[in-house]
Amino acid sequence: MRITELFDNGEFVVTAEVGPPKGIHLEHLVAEAKEYLSGITAVNVTDNQSSVMRTSTLATCALMKQAGLTPIYQATCRDRNRLALQSDLLGAAALGIENILCLTGDHTKMGDHPGAKPVFDLDSVSLLHVASTLEKGTDLTGNPLVGEPPKFAKGAVVSPISDSVDAQLAKMERKVMAGADYFQTQAVFESEKFIEFMEKAKQFGKPVQLGVIIPKNAGMCKFMNRNVAGVHVPQYMIDELAADKERAKAGITGVEIAAKIIKECRPYCQGLHIMALGWEAKVPELMKLAGI
Amino acid sequence: MLITELKSTETLRELLKGKVFVLNCHGCREIRFPEAEADAFQAELTAAGVVTGIFTTEYICNDENLGYTLEPHAAAIETADTIAVFSCGVGVQTVAAMYPGKRVVACCDTYALPGYQGVTPLEVDCKQCGECFLNLTGGICPLTACSKSLVNGQCGGAKNGKCEVDPDMECGWERIYQKLKKIGRLDALKCPVQIRNYATDDEVTKR
Repeated sequence: MRITELFDNGEFVVTAEVGPPKGIHLEHLVAEAKEYLSGITAVNVTDNQSSVMRTSTLATCALMKQAGLTPIYQATCRDRNRLALQSDLLGAAALGIENILCLTGDHTKMGDHPGAKPVFDLDSVSLLHVASTLEKGTDLTGNPLVGEPPKFAKGAVVSPISDSVDAQLAKMERKVMAGADYFQTQAVFESEKFIEFMEKAKQFGKPVQLGVIIPKNAGMCKFMNRNVAGVHVPQYMIDELAADKERAKAGITGVEIAAKIIKECRPYCQGLHIMALGWEAKVPELMKLAGI
Repeated sequence: MLITELKSTETLRELLKGKVFVLNCHGCREIRFPEAEADAFQAELTAAGVVTGIFTTEYICNDENLGYTLEPHAAAIETADTIAVFSCGVGVQTVAAMYPGKRVVACCDTYALPGYQGVTPLEVDCKQCGECFLNLTGGICPLTACSKSLVNGQCGGAKNGKCEVDPDMECGWERIYQKLKKIGRLDALKCPVQIRNYATDDEVTKR
């Protein structure tokens, strides 16, 4: 199932992110996803997230699919050139994985193999273009594909709270031009800024999923404010998390904060993308509290 | 060594709008400049009556020196809509930074050859990619100004306008975006999807 069909039906599409481990035992990851994420539409599988080497996204997606979940295959341009990316996109389609998310990817210097060669032969925009080209039945250089071409729901990301929001919108337009069908956003903590962004982004006519992180504690928020691009947690939320450490630790405060953001932003967007960062178990509660 | 080659005549005709001031750089000794081809094309421009001046010099990457040598041509530059720069990528970037209010056009593609790379300032760099992108990016090279050498716009990694890789480095695409905005060329961001050609011995030219 392609999630674009759901957007087309006017459904509020909920996805969540999971990261494969650095190892070959994925049973726990799959079991956890099955337990906590079965209620949502699809599960994004990250691709060597933050440039930290982990088990193959494609393999993890295949296991998720076997377990009855709908995986979204995240593909970054950091580790593979245009041959490998096309090859993997076709491989995904062959496995029945038709939901993809095209990303440029973090620089290799950000991760645990800082000496690795950063590829970036393509980028998010040209990767979307490549996926669109495959859908038309040829590869990037025009060689015909054998048999029926693949069909993807082609996702992309945008950073609505970025301090370069105009440049982000310009890039979003390029992604639409290259064939993006839907967007997931970087984590939002300031609803009013997101709503303002959506006022500008709606001109592109593509569904946008609000990105949400459940804040775990004040320290995590301060870390994100210092280090994570496009993420800003306002001070009053940090204070709220710091006020009652036990409540925050139990996840109650974080889930409340995230639910409030979702409620405020829901009328302005077409879906939700949860980055649980290990707190997948809180997702059902978050959904309940947010009224989804 | 570097080799500069003229972009296709068709591309150049499309790029050079209105009145044109021509600036040729015969460069450092390490550069092979396509003199005959440039002369022929510039003769065509002159015949069309669009040229406000032609100036041939060397080391245009030295902005201080270039400022002095261009003084006598101030009027010709002022009346021109476009400055057509026939040089390597460093030269084009230097001129684009000097004349933010003008349309500065890279007329050549720069290719690398083995050996000494010439004397250029440290602030700007040319990757000698053979498919110059400067006409799409406000005269700021995305290959050298962006740590990922992205050619389709900024990634999501900039924080406070700085690059995710090096907090002391400005985000190259933020610079490009601001420059395009300043010179009224944001339309350049609507160009077709750009994909680099690493087979630079092929005939490839970016607009």
